[in-house]
Amino acid sequence: MISALLVMAAIAGILGAILGFAAIKFRVEGNPLVAKIDAVLPQTQCGQCGFPGCKPYATAIAEGVADINMCPPGGEEGIQKLADLLGMEFKPFGGETKPKPKSVAVIDESTCIGCTLCIQACPVDAIVGAAKQLHTIIAAECTGCELCVPPCPVDCILMVPIAENLSNWKWKYPVYALTVSSSGNAAL
Amino acid sequence: MKTLYQFHGGIHPPTNKTQSTQTPIRLAQLPVKLVIPLHQHVGNCAKPVVEAGDYVLKGQLIGRPDGHLSSAIHASTSGTIAAIDMQPVAHASGMADLCVTLIPDGLDKWIELAPCDDWQSLPHTELRHILRNAGVVGLGGAVFPSDMKLYAHKHKIKTLVLNGAECEPFITCDDLLMRERAGEILLGIEMMRTLLYAEEVLIGIEDNKPEAIAAMQAAVTAGGYARMEVIAVPTIYPGGGAKQLIRVLTGIEVAAGVRSTNLGVQCFNVGTAYSVWRAIRYGEPLISRVVTVTGNVAHPQNFDALIGTPMDELVAQADQLPGTTGYIMGGPMMGVLMPSMQVGMIKATNCIIASSDQLFPAAKPAVSCIRCTRCADVCPAELQPQELYWFAKAKNLDKAEDYHLFDCIECGACSYVCPSNIPLVQYYRFAKSEIWAQEAGKKAADAARERHEYRESRIEREKREKAEKLAAKEKAAQDARAQRAALAAVPETGTMPVAAENPVQQKIQAAIEHAKLQAAAAKPKNTEQLTPHQLAEIADIEARRARVRELAKDNTEE
Repeated sequence: MISALLVMAAIAGILGAILGFAAIKFRVEGNPLVAKIDAVLPQTQCGQCGFPGCKPYATAIAEGVADINMCPPGGEEGIQKLADLLGMEFKPFGGETKPKPKSVAVIDESTCIGCTLCIQACPVDAIVGAAKQLHTIIAAECTGCELCVPPCPVDCILMVPIAENLSNWKWKYPVYALTVSSSGNAAL
Repeated sequence: MKTLYQFHGGIHPPTNKTQSTQTPIRLAQLPVKLVIPLHQHVGNCAKPVVEAGDYVLKGQLIGRPDGHLSSAIHASTSGTIAAIDMQPVAHASGMADLCVTLIPDGLDKWIELAPCDDWQSLPHTELRHILRNAGVVGLGGAVFPSDMKLYAHKHKIKTLVLNGAECEPFITCDDLLMRERAGEILLGIEMMRTLLYAEEVLIGIEDNKPEAIAAMQAAVTAGGYARMEVIAVPTIYPGGGAKQLIRVLTGIEVAAGVRSTNLGVQCFNVGTAYSVWRAIRYGEPLISRVVTVTGNVAHPQNFDALIGTPMDELVAQADQLPGTTGYIMGGPMMGVLMPSMQVGMIKATNCIIASSDQLFPAAKPAVSCIRCTRCADVCPAELQPQELYWFAKAKNLDKAEDYHLFDCIECGACSYVCPSNIPLVQYYRFAKSEIWAQEAGKKAADAARERHEYRESRIEREKREKAEKLAAKEKAAQDARAQRAALAAVPETGTMPVAAENPVQQKIQAAIEHAKLQAAAAKPKNTEQLTPHQLAEIADIEARRARVRELAKDNTEE
């Protein structure tokens, strides 16, 4: 009886020690969920969710402070992915928030006065220029966040939707025309 | 007799090849205009090097390769460049791309070519360079720059497979090319073998082309080629797929995500071999190819046509019949409907089928999948098409990828046998391009995250550095104030002990003393062993200085 208790106690002690060691050795810094959520977000850093960037929004979601339907650039697929990741129900966009077509900012170079305000606003350093020098946008790096639009004192930044071209063209989802026959029955 | 292997599945659609093999390859007439797209190959679009209004000669470079994976584009005939602009191209999207419009002058005058009699003496890098600048790409349909495939250093290539199977119905361009130009094809193959250091060459031709097989075999015998074999493979669609042909000829199964070169096999189309020979031996860039014109035409046949020839002009030469509704580029299984009849033919155009309602009746309406798995029986990639369809339809893309969607070669065998008439390949194409777009988006998001994080850390660093600088300045100012206060305090007490009490002050004092001593000990340099001339000069200078000093004194006194 005693020996059995002792054996069990010893096993408990050893396992406890192993677990304790593992907890220290394999300790994960920060919340891994934040990184997972951040990976799903589109990284426009636009702040449309009301947080100052994608990572803060991810942190807020992880803490349960923010809803998952606040990221318009992510679109409905983005919400679906977040819902899948977090085991939540899909939640449609509410109220005014709606996804817009993906765009890039374009500077009207004849109007630009070289004030550098947009450069300071750009979250991904996608604007090149210097004081009193013409600014231009690196289209490939622009996330279309629109953060550069309001600071411009001469309103020379336009958001241009990305047009479909041969390099980003996609095969369409197969659709069939439904025709209504004279008898009024819908037919394929 | 070589042992042949089998691949899974396959179908036997009516071949419809005899219509276009009755007459030899005919040289197509010079068209009224040529529309030559600058992006006809896998990789980066060629950069135009001519301007509208320029006069160009046949074979002159009009688009230079841009970047590592790219190919050159040449003028197909002599004439004037009318425009370089966006025009509809031979692509399933029906979208416009950058094209060079060339108005032929009718002279068809060649630019001066650089033929090479002794290509064996050229270094292999030079040969690849010639191919790149001649715009030679894979003519089997993939249009991958051939120079990129002719490297041997990465993997040891044992077997070079030449694809003359031409399994798709209606298409006969490779058949006719092999019948008529077998000798030159073999010379090109020999070049490829040399570049790849390949040991053996296997030329696979489907057994429904006995004339081509005979011609190639005769050429091999006549040329005395060693370890080169022409092999008749069974006619079964899609036996001309690279993976399928490699399987049949060598028994090697190229697994998902693995390149055949890793397994020591490289595969080329026979038409590419011909172009390689023309490019190196005669310096001729790839400006024409053999193309089958068939379908709803009175005289189906093969043309040797210039790249850029508008398709309607080419089809007219085969006498297009009324009732033609559109053109299909490629075969009926994998081909795509052209957005317009006027698009220019490209390097990938192996066949143009004039389509009519009679020839290809409208597809019967698709009905529900009954899970009969006939598609799985015929799939040459051994996939589960019914599952892939299920996932693609539901836009469950991750799952589709798990079921090896990207192993699908889009041969269309599954759609062909589907009793419910489901356009399965359309679903797979949709799912594939959706996944590619998502991956591109993910890449862009990762890049944006990295840039954003770098920016944040930079701003943080700048702030910190500024604060540190400010703190250092403040500290220096404080020290100076304290020192001044200490010095001011000395006369008040009237004694030296302040210095003694303050170790810092003591140290400073000591340093000052030390410096003074050093200054006293220092001697002027180069003052010994001077020539009389130098001494005189020094004396002169000293006198002048003294005079100036005197003058200055006088001035101040006045």
